[in-house]
Amino acid sequence: MSTEITGISIMFVLLILLAIPLGKYIGKVYSNEKTWLDGLLNPIDRFFFKLGGVNPLKEMNWKQHLLALLTINFIWFLLSMFVLMNMSWLPLNPDHNPSMPADLAFNTTISFISNTNLQHYSGETGMSYFGQLTVMLFQFISAGCGMAMAAVVFFAMKEKATDKLGNFYFFFIRTCSRILLPLALVAAVIFAFNGVPMTFKGKDTITSLQGDTVQVSRGPVAAFVAIKQLGTNGGGFFGPNSAHPLENPSYFTNIIQTIYILLIPIAMVFTMGYILKRRKLAWVIFGVMLTGFLLLLIPTIINEMNGNMAITKMGIAQPLGSMEGKEIRFGSAASAYWAINTTCTSNGSVNAMHDSLTPLSGMFVMLGMMVNSLFGGVGVGFLNFYIFIILAVFISGLMVGRTPEFLGKKIEAREMKIAMIIALLHPLLILAGTAISSYLYAHNSTAYASWLNNPGYHGFSEMLYEYTSSSANNGSGFEGLGDNTPFWNITCGIVMLLGRYLPIIGPVAIAGILANKKYIPESAGTLKTDTGTFGLMVFAVIVIVAALSFFPALALGPIAEHFSIH
Amino acid sequence: MKQRTPNKLFQSDLVKEALRDSFIKLSPAKMFRNPVMFTVWIGTIVMIGVCIWIATGEQSQGNLTYNIIVTGVLFITLLFANFAEAIAEARGKAQANSLRKTREETRAKLLQQVGEVFMNEIKIIPSSYLKKGDVFVCEAGDIIPSDGEIIEGLATIDESAITGESAPVIREAGGDKSSVTGGTKVLSDKIKVKVTTEQGESFLDKMIALVEGASRQKTPNEIALTILLAGFTLVFIIVTVTLKPFGDYAHTPITIAAFISLFVCLIPTTIGGLLSAIGIAGMDRALRANVITKSGKAVETAGDIDVLLLDKTGTITIGNRKATNFYPAHGVDEAHFIQSVVLSSLADETPEGKSIIELAGIDIKNFTLTNPRFIKFTAETKSSGIDVDNVRIRKGAADAIRQLCERNGNTFPEETGKIVKGISSNGGTPLVVSENEKVIGVIELQDIIKPGIQERFQRLRKMGIKTVMVTGDNPLTAKYIAEKAGVDDFIAEAKPEDKMNYIRKEQKEGRLVAMMGDGTNDAPALAQADVGVAMNSGTQAAKEAGNMVDLDNDPTKLIEVVEIGKQLLMTRGTLTTFSIANDVAKYFAIVPALFITSIPALQALNIMKLHSPETAILSAVIFNAIIIPLLIPLALKGVTYKPIGASALLRRNLFIYGLGGVVVPFIGIKLIDVLVALFI
Repeated sequence: MSTEITGISIMFVLLILLAIPLGKYIGKVYSNEKTWLDGLLNPIDRFFFKLGGVNPLKEMNWKQHLLALLTINFIWFLLSMFVLMNMSWLPLNPDHNPSMPADLAFNTTISFISNTNLQHYSGETGMSYFGQLTVMLFQFISAGCGMAMAAVVFFAMKEKATDKLGNFYFFFIRTCSRILLPLALVAAVIFAFNGVPMTFKGKDTITSLQGDTVQVSRGPVAAFVAIKQLGTNGGGFFGPNSAHPLENPSYFTNIIQTIYILLIPIAMVFTMGYILKRRKLAWVIFGVMLTGFLLLLIPTIINEMNGNMAITKMGIAQPLGSMEGKEIRFGSAASAYWAINTTCTSNGSVNAMHDSLTPLSGMFVMLGMMVNSLFGGVGVGFLNFYIFIILAVFISGLMVGRTPEFLGKKIEAREMKIAMIIALLHPLLILAGTAISSYLYAHNSTAYASWLNNPGYHGFSEMLYEYTSSSANNGSGFEGLGDNTPFWNITCGIVMLLGRYLPIIGPVAIAGILANKKYIPESAGTLKTDTGTFGLMVFAVIVIVAALSFFPALALGPIAEHFSIH
Repeated sequence: MKQRTPNKLFQSDLVKEALRDSFIKLSPAKMFRNPVMFTVWIGTIVMIGVCIWIATGEQSQGNLTYNIIVTGVLFITLLFANFAEAIAEARGKAQANSLRKTREETRAKLLQQVGEVFMNEIKIIPSSYLKKGDVFVCEAGDIIPSDGEIIEGLATIDESAITGESAPVIREAGGDKSSVTGGTKVLSDKIKVKVTTEQGESFLDKMIALVEGASRQKTPNEIALTILLAGFTLVFIIVTVTLKPFGDYAHTPITIAAFISLFVCLIPTTIGGLLSAIGIAGMDRALRANVITKSGKAVETAGDIDVLLLDKTGTITIGNRKATNFYPAHGVDEAHFIQSVVLSSLADETPEGKSIIELAGIDIKNFTLTNPRFIKFTAETKSSGIDVDNVRIRKGAADAIRQLCERNGNTFPEETGKIVKGISSNGGTPLVVSENEKVIGVIELQDIIKPGIQERFQRLRKMGIKTVMVTGDNPLTAKYIAEKAGVDDFIAEAKPEDKMNYIRKEQKEGRLVAMMGDGTNDAPALAQADVGVAMNSGTQAAKEAGNMVDLDNDPTKLIEVVEIGKQLLMTRGTLTTFSIANDVAKYFAIVPALFITSIPALQALNIMKLHSPETAILSAVIFNAIIIPLLIPLALKGVTYKPIGASALLRRNLFIYGLGGVVVPFIGIKLIDVLVALFI
């Protein structure tokens, strides 16, 4: 037991020790300050800028940033659709896997460009290596886009009375070349040396101890897994994701992979502190995120280590905790730790089946995605948190008797309108999606019987989880859901699309509008946002807006399931 | 603060009026202005439909009595919200009306006009017939029939009807004290007054219209808050609507009454119902402080003020300088000096002169003078005095006396020069006294800083407001007084354009500036300032330029106005927090009640142990309704502002209204449930 807790503690301490200096480094990268990789990477960056005909020093306003983002994402969308629907005849397909049908290609494409990586296919049989490499490219690109947008918001928070907020391509290229690529390379090499395949050869044939021959899928896995973990992508090379022994072979690779999930999301908070020169604000935000994170993490670990109530009732001891759907090489604690890591961020890779989590743990992982800003996805997690800050600033500003302002800029009707739309988008997408599927199932359960392996509360949780994961751009599945059908492919695709771009557009717009406003110097009457009290306020807003609106839905799913097995 | 009407929150006549208005306000056209309450209105209509449906034999929606009670509670919720707004309006109107009453039914002595020329013929007409541009005459004993500007004459006027101040004031043609207010009484002399406002357009009329709602516009902050509340309402529409298919999936029929109750409980009805009352009460509180605001926004802005420009005289110092010390020159007997000083001031009617006699402590009745000749102060001699018994005593500015002495061959003692300098650098004004053209000593006059003003500035500093003193004094004196009074900055030797430039400079740096003024040359600055408070005694131009008028002519009023503004915003913020925090308890009351039959396991969520699903839902909606009238007093009075710094204030309010908002409904709903269970 205690070794399991020690394992988690080591991962957490290492994570924080790495994330803080990384945050500073990312801040330097965005501020165009000198970093140690400059000599190597400057020429490469210059080559790309020249190739694209981009002047990286030409500053853009927030609208131009969004236009640039949406345009290149649209082009990538078309490219990905083409590749996925024509994989069968394109090169690098040693296993002769088929092309994807249109609805699955649509779902998969959106899934990867939106940094969701919800996979309604299994990589071993559903993808050629060319397809895998294409989606791997998008794991870089989508992470880079999210971080570039966060950089825009950081500079918007810093600037006073201007609409010049840096250059999108500058942020984007530097994110990829100086942050994602080096970190992914390090991890990929470690993985490759620890048993993760890295090859373009087709399936291997081995003979088991029983004498059977087994076809084992492989491919360029190590490179794929590294960026999957780093960029809060989570799209696995193989169907079982990091529970697969070739994707995550040992407790050691598991440590690296777990750390990589939260590394950049935590670092981004400190990047903000570095760019704004407001370290205290960064620590307050980190504190709020960490508090929420721990409130979800601790009960989940306890629940999983205590084992499954239904099995306990049968009189079976569970010294290893609830092990259904978990890998014996990781154990229940490290699996629970991963589960909360991957859902609090928008990563979505798994090293255990979330479907088999005890009901309350299932609720906590869903809550992580419903809040979607306890560190959150790379870049975008902070953008979501920014919306909560705006709402908290507005209410608490009034409470101290001033019209609300954040970092010296007044928050008025227009910003409130945008913030409110974004805040209610997430509940809308999740609840409306689940409502439609519940309605269909409830009114014709025979026609849709293939959807749910477990009807009842658990089936409801499966549907709720699927939409939560899509809207949060998480991409993990509760599984147990028959989701490769046109209905799920298309509805989840739409939810992912809206859940990705609107929550980027909203905060960037607010930050852009605020940056252009008159700057009001701080006085003793100004509400300080870098205090514990304000942190508490943000936390309360998150609990009430994000968590409470899901209370009835959670009551019908995991809570009902929990009380009915107790 | 003077109050003319008793400050009781609910006067019975006002309550009656407000009750009637709460029904009138049920019209959809009026409800539509408030999105939160409008959804409750729709919910009530739907519930009436459901009741009729059940009455015609529908079985699935529960029993009729229960549905009628839910409908009734929703209806009462609407009435409570309307009542809050109506009572705030009624109080504001009553306050304004009592001011207006004084000016009605007075008679005006209108000067007949032929073409452009005013004849000397007077026609008596009712004051309501006066038009802008008319000229009327007022003599001792007349009530001034309309606001206007004196174009001829000077009069003492009793303004107690408006300001509550019994001491008469002098108003005269020309200059900055030419404005008169309708309803005040002329005590002496005769004036000709030109009407400056059209009937029905005076500030008071505008204020009444503002309170009544006809011309009341939502302030920017109110709009932003309404968006926030509408957003919350939308979230809960989503939550409630999607619950229907969820219920279908779980094979749980949910009644329409339960849906609507859940929805109404979750949306922020408390703040939604009280929002406009809070805004009106803010203006009303300003009016009670005898400040007429021209818009609700002005009050709100006052809460944001960063810089306060204050005139030295009358605000920071008591109007006049006082003698504080006598310094006899070397070799002059102190008693003799004091006697000479008193002699020189016998005919001096200025407050400074009087203060000299006061400081000397000599009873002037004991003086018998033969043939005194009093020398009046002139701008040329810069001195005044007395000639008596061949003794010529003069007192005046140091330079003037120096010239006088030196012209007559006497030296100006070096020691006196030192004293003069010392007094100046201490913020005082030296008066040098000479006897037969020889210096005999110096009188020190000092500005007297108002008692308690330091504490007020301290309070302002804690609020985060920078105070700036504006004075015509030289920089040395100004600096001394500024330091002594505790203001943060000063403008010395101020010309009218200096104020303007200072305001512009601060605004350019993003700060909001408030100032008070009365003269015509203050008008541009008043217009430029974010909050400009004109004194009622000031010129019409000043009053037009500012966005508030202070009936008391009290320069320290700005401080109160700032606090009223802060209170207004705080009341909104705290009640929003309270309203939203209430949702936690309401979820725990209603959600288990919805699923009690189909999912008994969820009873574990019924942590309040409510009696039955029906009582749970009823007690939640009843709590939701009665919390509105319970909070009306708070909405009208406003949350108390304490200048303890923003973070401490947030902590305090978050504790009281946030934590309170979570805890109170748990207790309230449980208590109501116990009561309701007795009847059901």
